[in-house]
Amino acid sequence: MRSFINRMRWPDYLIVAMLIAFFGYIWFTIEGTLNYKWRWELIPGYIIGYHTGREAYFANILLQGLAATIRISIYASILAVILGTILGVARCSQNLTIRMLARTYLELLRNIPPVVVVFIFFFFLSQQLIDALDLARWSRNIARQEDIWLWELFFGDMRRFPSIISGVIVLALFESAFVGEIVRAGIQSIPRGQREAARSIGMSRIQELRYIVLPQAMKRVVPPLANQFISLIKDSSIISLISVQELTYKTVELVASSRMIFEAWITTAAFYFLVCFGLSRLFSRLERKREGQA
Amino acid sequence: MSSQPIIEARNVDKFYGNFHALKDVSISVHHGERVVVCGPSGSGKSTLIRCFNALENHSSGTLVVDGIEVFEGSKDVRKLRQEVGMVFQQFNLFPHLTVLENLMIGPMKVRKVSREQAEETARKYLDRVHIPEQAEKYPAQLSGGQQQRVAIARSLCMETRIMLFDEPTSALDPEMINEVLDVMVELAETGMTMVVVTHEMGFARKVADTMVFMEEGRIVEVAPPEQFFTAPSSERCRMFLAQILEH
Ligand SMILES: Nc1ncnc2c1ncn2[C@@H]1O[C@H](COP(=O)(O)OP(=O)(O)OP(=O)(O)O)[C@@H](O)[C@H]1O
Ligand SMILES: [Mg+2]
Repeated sequence: MRSFINRMRWPDYLIVAMLIAFFGYIWFTIEGTLNYKWRWELIPGYIIGYHTGREAYFANILLQGLAATIRISIYASILAVILGTILGVARCSQNLTIRMLARTYLELLRNIPPVVVVFIFFFFLSQQLIDALDLARWSRNIARQEDIWLWELFFGDMRRFPSIISGVIVLALFESAFVGEIVRAGIQSIPRGQREAARSIGMSRIQELRYIVLPQAMKRVVPPLANQFISLIKDSSIISLISVQELTYKTVELVASSRMIFEAWITTAAFYFLVCFGLSRLFSRLERKREGQA
Repeated sequence: MSSQPIIEARNVDKFYGNFHALKDVSISVHHGERVVVCGPSGSGKSTLIRCFNALENHSSGTLVVDGIEVFEGSKDVRKLRQEVGMVFQQFNLFPHLTVLENLMIGPMKVRKVSREQAEETARKYLDRVHIPEQAEKYPAQLSGGQQQRVAIARSLCMETRIMLFDEPTSALDPEMINEVLDVMVELAETGMTMVVVTHEMGFARKVADTMVFMEEGRIVEVAPPEQFFTAPSSERCRMFLAQILEH
């Protein structure tokens, strides 16, 4: 910290002064003009609430939202890795039709706004799937049973199970295109000689992929996939649009009921930041360790 | 030498796009024969032997290897490759597998032999290339010469009838060249059919039954080594030999 201040030159001071002025102005507007009354003291109660009747603490809406975001992100990224690997392999296929299909999927996702993609996936795919499997009734039955803590640990409120599942599907479909590109790059980074060696001991294309190319490609692909996981956590806020009750959706609800616009959004921003920044630090440390070993 | 050739190429042409890499090449290799191919860089030596195990598809002409006709899209390509081993200039060992696993994966996945049997074969050939003690290491932990010997053992484990070598010693430091050549000489003594692209003329003198000289996609000279080294019929070949034998 000391050395940081020592390293500051006059343009740095100027920039800091301008930033302070800017935020001061915003502060002034909120305080003075809007006549906003800050109520930070209420925020902790919306994270962990205290039930006076039952005399017990419980996870209130913000924490519920955060938990849902984390659950959805984990499931969606597992699904996205599976779908993305298939897509990435398809992009490298010898068969032109398969390659074109995978390419089309990627280009569609790249050139349609995410919000539109999310709605399309929601109405055309995940809703149909959930109706077809009759998941709504199935999960309501579970919700009525006693002792379902294990279900709730994994999926939260079971009455919302279909909504969580469609959130996971939509998000996974959306991210799989990017995972697919990462996997494709990984596959193509394997030297040609590896494939030729595999082929010259008589391996089929599938065996060559399964035993030689993919194991090596997957190792190289771990760091970019870790970054993609962080992107996925951030992108997950978009599924609040299809009423999946994750952190962003819960914040909207909280703001609507309590009017604590600034406190609620700043808290939510801090949640996302802590999770994503923490993971990003963790991943880069793990990677440095891995490089140290190699 | 039996009369029926194990590799027979007739009027083979190969194009890379517009580039004419092999021009009307005809050659036959008999069972147990050792052929050494040499020629200047870019003359099509690699292209030729890569056609023999269908890593490249020739554009026209006929090529029959071990009784299997090679052509683009042939269903027999995998059968063919199980009979034809290949050793590359860059070794191309599988870096994510140990030496032993490198040797076992082909027999296990392609020939479907049991793990125990694959390991037994692997250890046998690792002995044959004089590095039984390296079985548990990863390729990156070995010297170049050791890696190339593992690559030779990997081909041997497939119990192939033909072995192709594409400049197996060109990527090696000088002090490691001989350990690889020694293994190849021993292999030649077992009666293996070998086609070797190399500029190691000492090795060629020792093992070759037939010398082949290529230039600009053509086979310019085919002769037994005594004649090839003392009285090559083409001027080109004489100049090439003079150049590489100077060193
Ligand atoms: N995949 C390819 N696409 C286009 N041209 C190629 C390809 N592979 C080889 N060539 C060309 O074909 C010619 C013959 O190549 P080849 O690798 O067979 O030569 P070589 O005799 O093995 O040479 P070197 O001693 O350098 O290995 C070269 O001019 C090369 O540029
Ligand atoms: Mg070559």
